[in-house]
Amino acid sequence: MGKEDIEDIKEEGQQDGGQAMLSVEHLVKRFGTETILDDISFRVNPGEVLVIVGPSGCGKSTLLRCINALEDVQGGKILLNGLPVAEGGRKSPSVGTKIGMVFQSYDLFPHLNVIDNITLAPCKVLKKKRFLVEAEARELLKRVGLEGKEKSYPRELSGGQKQRVAIVRAMCMHPEILLLDEITAALDPEMVREVLEVVLDLARQGMTMLIVTHEMSFARAIATKVMMISDGHVVEEGTPEEFFTAPKTARARQFLNTFTYESVR
Amino acid sequence: MNFEVIREYLPLYQEAAVLTVKLGVLGIIFALLIGLACALVQYYKVPVIRRIVAAYIEISRNTPLMIQLFFIYYGLPKIGIRTSPEVCGVAGLAFLGGSYMAEAFRSGLNSVEAIQTESAFSLGMNRVQAFFYVILPQAAATSMPPVVANVIFLLKETSIFSAVSLMDLMFTAKDLMGIYHDTTECLFLLVVFYLIILLPVSILGSLLERRLRYAGFGA
Repeated sequence: MGKEDIEDIKEEGQQDGGQAMLSVEHLVKRFGTETILDDISFRVNPGEVLVIVGPSGCGKSTLLRCINALEDVQGGKILLNGLPVAEGGRKSPSVGTKIGMVFQSYDLFPHLNVIDNITLAPCKVLKKKRFLVEAEARELLKRVGLEGKEKSYPRELSGGQKQRVAIVRAMCMHPEILLLDEITAALDPEMVREVLEVVLDLARQGMTMLIVTHEMSFARAIATKVMMISDGHVVEEGTPEEFFTAPKTARARQFLNTFTYESVR
Repeated sequence: MNFEVIREYLPLYQEAAVLTVKLGVLGIIFALLIGLACALVQYYKVPVIRRIVAAYIEISRNTPLMIQLFFIYYGLPKIGIRTSPEVCGVAGLAFLGGSYMAEAFRSGLNSVEAIQTESAFSLGMNRVQAFFYVILPQAAATSMPPVVANVIFLLKETSIFSAVSLMDLMFTAKDLMGIYHDTTECLFLLVVFYLIILLPVSILGSLLERRLRYAGFGA
């Protein structure tokens, strides 16, 4: 992509009245002949928390993976601050560490203890001084209630503790946007709560986030915007109030009904 | 058992043991390098080269070291490459060991889940950083037991070196038995010397395995 093209894109973004941090335009993703995401477009502004909901297998996680350049895309554009996130199938250097991601399965490095898990990337990628990163990491660990766990290995932690470490690890890279991919799906209810408290705290600090979740009450509490995807299409988009109290589409109503049990009583 | 004979033979065995260890260690170092290179080619699915590597592994693992040594010792001079028996021994061991080490390293690399690489990428690491800081340490821990087993196996295989007239332990024992017929003493010394070489390796190996296991994970 030439410099002029990039300028064009930047202008386009500004014309649409957006200082959009992330913009996804007509994204198409296929695995072989199967289309997973079909013509997905949306924007995320700084400080916004976009919650993506939808039935399993609808392409939510794939969407996050595309944004994080872990998947190649077959059509459309994904831009962060006006610049494409992927170049030649890999994360582009200009985007580098600006996108952080936490996965559903615990993705901590099992051979490193908590503090080394957190400090590895800031030290090696951002070339920061270890003692500085470590001080920051300790501060953040304290904040998420994991003081004293610095020397523990991932296998010694509960699922909820691991996910909190994973969040701290992502935050120590100071991303501009954080992608959370069903981070509580493998946890039991109490642990879900402790992890979601941490995410709510991040939202209060103004962190821009893209969250895929099945926790509807959490989605409602944290979202500034909700988007529902079904069969690779955006079915509905709106404020949490609109979406949860008065969904416009039949598909969204049907989906939200699966979370209540009044109809089966 | 005649201890006088044993005392007399001891220096010969010592000399042979030094040769065995020297060639064995050299062969194993090359085997490790070849193995790592082959495992990386297969792990990163390098086109074309991975087919060559696969063919090499099959040939190397499915032919006896004796035959491989004969090829190197008698075959190479026919195409104009002349080497010493020592080089042949090391080359043979490296050729055989390379494939075994490749399989050991590959199983280690494959045991590291894809999500590990992805989360390394998500933290901004490039391929090289992800490999050295995240994949390799985990793969090494898994690979350690088979690698140690291979090292012991290759050290034992050096007993074939006598086939290309290298004065190793086996050669010395056979030689002395042929001349003086002190079978009991010669074989006793042979067993003792192999044990002296191999037992420390074995013990060191299990210590290393345990250390890697407890230091990290899975224990």
